[in-house]
Amino acid sequence: MVKWIKVKNNTRIDINKIPIIEISDMRSEVKAFNLRPIGFFGKEWGFGCVRLFVILADDANADLYLSSSVFGNDVKSYESFTQEVPAFHIFEREFYEQFGIEPLHHPWLKPVRVNQDKYPFFEMEGEEVHQVAVGPIHAGVIEPGHFRFMCNGETVYHLEIMLGYQHRGVEDMMLKNPSNQLAESICGDSVIAYNTAYSQVMETLKAINISRKAQLIRKMALEMERIAVHIGDLGAISGDIAYLMGASVFGATRTLVINTTLEMCGSRLGRGFVTVGGVNYDPSEEVIDRAVETLNKVRTDVDRMVKTMLKNSTVMSRLEKTGTVSLEKAKDIGLVGMAARTCGVDLDSRFDFPDKWVEELGFTRKTMNLKGDVNARFKLRYKEIKESISMVKKILAKLKEYKNEPIIAEGVNNKLTPDSMVISIVEGWRGEVVHIAMTDLHGKMTRYKIKDPSFNNWYGLGLAVRNNGISDFPLCNKSFNLSYCGNDL
Amino acid sequence: MFDTLKSRIYQGSQFIKDIENAPMREQFRGFPKFNAGEDFSACKDVCPTGALSLEPLSIDMGKCTFCGACERVCKGIELTNGYKLASSSREKLVITPEVDYENYLKSAVEVREEIHKIFGRSIKFRQVSAGGCNGCEMELNACSNVNFDMGRYGIEFVASPRHADGIVITGPITENMAYALEDCYKSVPDPKVVVLCGACAISGGVFQESEKLNREFLEKYPIDLYIPGCPTHPLTFINAVLSFIKK
Repeated sequence: MVKWIKVKNNTRIDINKIPIIEISDMRSEVKAFNLRPIGFFGKEWGFGCVRLFVILADDANADLYLSSSVFGNDVKSYESFTQEVPAFHIFEREFYEQFGIEPLHHPWLKPVRVNQDKYPFFEMEGEEVHQVAVGPIHAGVIEPGHFRFMCNGETVYHLEIMLGYQHRGVEDMMLKNPSNQLAESICGDSVIAYNTAYSQVMETLKAINISRKAQLIRKMALEMERIAVHIGDLGAISGDIAYLMGASVFGATRTLVINTTLEMCGSRLGRGFVTVGGVNYDPSEEVIDRAVETLNKVRTDVDRMVKTMLKNSTVMSRLEKTGTVSLEKAKDIGLVGMAARTCGVDLDSRFDFPDKWVEELGFTRKTMNLKGDVNARFKLRYKEIKESISMVKKILAKLKEYKNEPIIAEGVNNKLTPDSMVISIVEGWRGEVVHIAMTDLHGKMTRYKIKDPSFNNWYGLGLAVRNNGISDFPLCNKSFNLSYCGNDL
Repeated sequence: MFDTLKSRIYQGSQFIKDIENAPMREQFRGFPKFNAGEDFSACKDVCPTGALSLEPLSIDMGKCTFCGACERVCKGIELTNGYKLASSSREKLVITPEVDYENYLKSAVEVREEIHKIFGRSIKFRQVSAGGCNGCEMELNACSNVNFDMGRYGIEFVASPRHADGIVITGPITENMAYALEDCYKSVPDPKVVVLCGACAISGGVFQESEKLNREFLEKYPIDLYIPGCPTHPLTFINAVLSFIKK
């Protein structure tokens, strides 16, 4: 009996071919497989039943494993997977919240996005133990979330993060009225990543092939987004260690990058750039030449500032050994993306699930030996900025070969292929953005599932601040720079 | 230290000197312009937020995300690089073919003597993101960077509502943030102002149809300034506040 099917990124999957197995079987399989989950979500399956879909990523072979299990209308619980594979913890919490099927013996079965007033915080007892509550509204101009620190004096024993304030019901809205504009507003700092994932899902469901030129422009825009946000984050980290020179210089350098994006598509954050069927804007040669010039300047500015900072002992003493997450813990809790890479977990879906351009343009994965602290997250950003700048330059040079190709596919139809599922993974600057869509036998979209990298990584921030001074929290937080709205949806 | 100084000298000065007349790149999508005599029927149904109406012909900048979908399919509409989009009245955000940019600027933000008297030299805001996607938040942060440097006009974001003269709301106001938002508003000492920043805050934007919003706050309390955009450009924001507090 087939227990799993092997599928690929951005490929149509026939829903009727997805196996249905017993939940207890699935649990033992998941444990034996030793692969990480990227999807674990339910869908109503008629007559009060719920079908649970599980997607595991085999990053070494660019494969995805997909299976499912059906809960009858009288089954309201199952033995939790988290006990065996901790990385499932947040997925099982979400599934419980959305469908009311309880993962038994889950170690921390708490709300993800709703019922915050009933949130059961961890409690610690002791004469000198005290709690510090922060949020939902924070001191800076950032999104809302509640943090609860269990402290002994200045030292944080544990941080609990309660989110959900940003919940807008995006997954339901995607079923009613999906659009590129909605997709790019889900998480406004990863506009290109979200919009590309959404567009790839729709293109697969509508059987549209986009031009090589459009593929390259999307790829370039994604790297531009990475460069801009990473530079902004270097500035924010500098600000949080009171190195204001860094904050000013990186802030100004970021402006150069996003203004280049504005020249390309009319929006500093890349809104309206990507669309189903291709891209909306075709950067002229003049704009491309100017972009290359700007990026060269950006590269010099960032180099100069980072090197100055890394030579400065007061800077280094704040970055090193602050907010460390060990490799072992990162693997256990299933960190993804940039945060995982800083701990030595080599996950990067640009290379794990490569498109044809990775080989053609000669992009290679370069790993760094990093220790999972703020310093690691600082240096990794620096490295990725340099790499992305060289990627963008290569892509821009390649674009000239496809001058006469269209940027948008002709005659885009509005019919979705029935009985299908599509999984689309895009490596945004934080990590993998996963969009999954399903259609029914009439070609109507019936489920839209989104997984932001922050969904996995918030717990990592909780671990990072353990045994650090509470005053280092802003620094740890900024070094992760996780998304509230990507998590809350 | 010498390296730091060298970096400083190398950077030079980068602030925008005349922020009220700062040039904007022509690619920017801002104030809408209607070209009379064109056929507008192709624009029907392309607007993702219902900002564009054909009968009568108008674009509601309070709903518009400036995505450019309408101008791409129809020659009759052009989103110009006019970036001073703010208004003190919700109705004025609805732009019809009769309203051109020059005229809009003259009357969009009502000059109030008492506002100038109290806040003319300094206005401090507490920012509340209530479901904001981090787009407007990032742009509001950019307002304080070395390029835009709105601090020089006495405009600043402060850490506590107790220190603030008003609040700037971004995001469509989710149910889960409704209480915190109202709490924050109540904590700001009187007299205070409320600014809505971005399409989501003004109208719900792309999230208008969401069932998880609670926008009662906007019915309960007076709104002083509407600043369109998706996200709001720093120049749009700073100029909006400047025109609000001027004489």
